[in-house]
Amino acid sequence: MTLLEAIILTVITASTPLLIAAIGELVVERAGVLNLGVEGMMIIGAAAGIAAAITTGNSWFGVLVAILAGMALSLVFAALVLGLAANQVAAGLALAILGLGLSGVIGAPFVGVQREGIGKIEIPVLSDIPFIGEILFHQDLFVYASVALTAGVWWFLTRTRAGLVLRACGENHAAAHALGYRVLRIRLLAILFGGGCAGLAGAYLSLVYTPFWTSGMTSGRGWIALAIVVFASWLPWRAAVGAYLFGGLTILQLHAQSAGVPLPSQVMAALPYLLTIIVLVVIMRARRGGAAGPACLGTPFVPDR
Amino acid sequence: MRLVMEKRSETPLWLMVVSPLIAVGLPVLAAIIMFTLLGKDPARALYVYFIDPISDSWGLQEVAVKATPLVLIALGLAVCYRANVWNIGAEGQFLLGAMAGGWLAVITHGSTQGPWLLPAMMMLGALAGACWALIPGVLRTRFGANEILTSLMLVYVAEYLLDYLVRGPWRDPGGFNMPQTVIFEPEAVLPLLMEGGRLNIGTPIMLVMVVAFAILMGRTLKGFEIRLVGEAPRAARFAGFSEKGLVLTVFAISGALAGLAGMLEAAGTVKQLQPGISPGYGFTAIIVAFLGRLNPVGCLVAGIFIAITFIGGENAQIMLRLPLDATRVLQGLLLFFVLACDSLLLYRFRFVREARA
Repeated sequence: MTLLEAIILTVITASTPLLIAAIGELVVERAGVLNLGVEGMMIIGAAAGIAAAITTGNSWFGVLVAILAGMALSLVFAALVLGLAANQVAAGLALAILGLGLSGVIGAPFVGVQREGIGKIEIPVLSDIPFIGEILFHQDLFVYASVALTAGVWWFLTRTRAGLVLRACGENHAAAHALGYRVLRIRLLAILFGGGCAGLAGAYLSLVYTPFWTSGMTSGRGWIALAIVVFASWLPWRAAVGAYLFGGLTILQLHAQSAGVPLPSQVMAALPYLLTIIVLVVIMRARRGGAAGPACLGTPFVPDR
Repeated sequence: MRLVMEKRSETPLWLMVVSPLIAVGLPVLAAIIMFTLLGKDPARALYVYFIDPISDSWGLQEVAVKATPLVLIALGLAVCYRANVWNIGAEGQFLLGAMAGGWLAVITHGSTQGPWLLPAMMMLGALAGACWALIPGVLRTRFGANEILTSLMLVYVAEYLLDYLVRGPWRDPGGFNMPQTVIFEPEAVLPLLMEGGRLNIGTPIMLVMVVAFAILMGRTLKGFEIRLVGEAPRAARFAGFSEKGLVLTVFAISGALAGLAGMLEAAGTVKQLQPGISPGYGFTAIIVAFLGRLNPVGCLVAGIFIAITFIGGENAQIMLRLPLDATRVLQGLLLFFVLACDSLLLYRFRFVREARA
């Protein structure tokens, strides 16, 4: 394996959780709901996933539990912002805090337990192609799932009637309601989808990326996923570009560190966060301040009859 | 039959009083369930959490010491949130304040200074916090970058900056390579209120700030401006208030308070700089601000309550072996129920018969 191959492979593994979480949040925001609790749902997925995998000895069961855990937490959020029309920003923050705490409680008995991560699958024949084979056809299922999710969400949002209705809820919930669409029900489904994706992204972290539990292991990836959605102008394919850009930068920083770049390690570690800020500024500047976000993003909807 | 929500024209007074009580009561109920699930005796756990910390003078002082940074930060955050400005990076602003104040203490170490040192440290701490908070403020007003994300990202940056400083240039040469600065000279340490106690002058400073902010928000034009921009931005524009100026003002205010809190914590409680200087005060203060209904006096009450759970959580970890994160769960639930109760104040829930079409 060449160095370039190795770098590309690690970039893919670093980007996949970001992409999965960002795609989920993208659908939520397209429906007009701002769920800032991605970090909380992601880490609860990581904790519940590894706890279930260790207890039952089955990694795939862990993945399922992680998705369900993310959805369960997003349901709490939905009850608050849809059922009670609460402030979405505050409710999202509450979700992030609650998720971090709960994950610590769930994960505490499993600290230090090492286990085998979910391995990669090899597609016969194709994976033997030099270079391309190793990168494209010798990955774990999550990587393929993230690409499928991106394509699926793109197709759903732009090519199906249901996707159009979902976007209508995000752009103008009063009009969608007047046309007879159940705004709250559609938003609930979107929130659940987002929660499931965040849980899946968390499972990737604790079952594939670093196959053991450490508290706070998402280390801000949920927030970066939120930034990616803004970066992507709420478009699925651009979210993939954004996720790989951020994943690439994180890996670049690791390689620069091992190559002996004369900078303190803390500067390198802080780089992804600084770059997130810079990218946000650049993208907003390019748009001249006019955000292209869904018009009803973050506003609660209370049906009148 | 179905449930509809109607906006209340007026909130009855009894609800205003009852709602925070519900918001506190329900998480306690949830905590009882959680303690039972974790196999602990809930009655004893509740006692350790809520009664033990306030049962003697030492505990009460400890509560006041913990409440001081929480209330200070929450006061500033409440002003921000009132204006619909979402600064969630108070943790970073707190650290910057601690670093700036600590810097002065470190460079004057070993030499005798006058009584100017502590006030200068306070000014520097507040200034550094304000500057750090102005970064997301400027990025929002100048470029329209989302302040939630930028302020949060700066928390990580601040954490790494502190880590770098205490491991690198500011490390105590005689500290056996531990990541910490020298212990501050007595002149750079906040004086205690009474000999042998735990309380330092940070707590009275915090109380003065509570009064000052109650006056600012309730009695001054600036306070009215802040509330108006948050509640009715269109009306505020017609009234000629500058929204951009206000965003920067509230960011600077909340950053300065968080920075001051950080400096007071460094010079009062920890007496040196080290990476673990804040047990998440900046994030917990978000809960305090909401629990206090974004009201200065409310923040004081809420801060004391949360401080009790902080100490209760530490005690429970030692006495009951409950994971420290159980406290975070409790605090997160608290914020959830507070937000839910806010909706009860704004809306009336009513069952209506479905009209047959």
